[in-house]
Amino acid sequence: GGLCLHRENEAKSEGRAELIPSIKLRHCCLLRNQRCVTAYLYDRLLRIRALRWEYGSVLPANVRFHMCAEELQWFSQYKKSLASFMRSLGGDEGLDITQDMKPPKSLYIEVRCLKDHGEFEIDDGTVILLKKNSQHFLPRWKCELLIRQGVLEHVVS
Amino acid sequence: MDTQSYFPVPPGVGMEENFLSLDDILLSHERLPIRTECTFPRLGFLEKSSDTQDIPEGTKMELPLWLTKGLYERKRKVVSVELPKVYREGWRTVFSADPNVVDLHKMGPYYYGLGSQMLHFDSPENPEIAQTLLQTFIARFRRTMDSSQNAYNEDTSALVEREAICCNRLWVRGGRWDKRDAVEESQRLITDD
Repeated sequence: GGLCLHRENEAKSEGRAELIPSIKLRHCCLLRNQRCVTAYLYDRLLRIRALRWEYGSVLPANVRFHMCAEELQWFSQYKKSLASFMRSLGGDEGLDITQDMKPPKSLYIEVRCLKDHGEFEIDDGTVILLKKNSQHFLPRWKCELLIRQGVLEHVVS
Repeated sequence: MDTQSYFPVPPGVGMEENFLSLDDILLSHERLPIRTECTFPRLGFLEKSSDTQDIPEGTKMELPLWLTKGLYERKRKVVSVELPKVYREGWRTVFSADPNVVDLHKMGPYYYGLGSQMLHFDSPENPEIAQTLLQTFIARFRRTMDSSQNAYNEDTSALVEREAICCNRLWVRGGRWDKRDAVEESQRLITDD
């Protein structure tokens, strides 16, 4: 763009117009590098955005370790935008659209616990102990997040 | 990332690339045989086969598509681009005789995408190239859809083909191919300047 034109004009005014093809070639290389870096950074943002939907609003430490400060800030702002959008839906209560992303086939599902996760309270006040390898019959909407995080596994018989 | 929440930038349609599309960036990495139509001073180091300081005019070499597009000018004083074999008349005749017989995988991973990009280089054969690309795609897509809907067909070549088409997502916007789009696109390709 501007820098290339500047160099070309310099070349012309100094009587070195034969350098222009090489100047153009080098400029193409700079643009290519710029494109690759930009696309890479943008793709990272798309994946980070997807994490909000797949992992929830708290990212695991090993994921955050791989994010730069600007990406963490971006994620935090994206979370806020999404949260205020969700609050604006469904009247006074808001609506958590990150739940039930697929139409559920049944209200209750059989799950197996893949790792120890401690106590887990469901809506009627009952407390379930999520111990590795234990199986439970639980309301689907309570389990979704834990399934996505790899704590529970949906047992399909 | 395999999840339903990750939406990468799709490749561009037809002759256009999407700047941020990783698929298009990979596509534009493909090398093309070119001939230099002017001297490139002090860049001799790019041309491995000879030891000169400059790249002289008339040098035959291979450049990636992104560089070829960047250097090419219609007045043709910089580089001239040779059509890769698959897009030349010989192969076009094969494709028009039977679009389904060719193993597209062997032709390189970007038959449709690279073919569309070749249209940037003002070959007099552009209308024929565009026509062949479109007709080949239509015929192969039709066969893939037909055979993949046949529950008893154990021919796995349909699956491979579908992958080839999806990788070459030239005509497919967001995973769906619209015949109307393809007809419009071919009109645009043939009449475009």
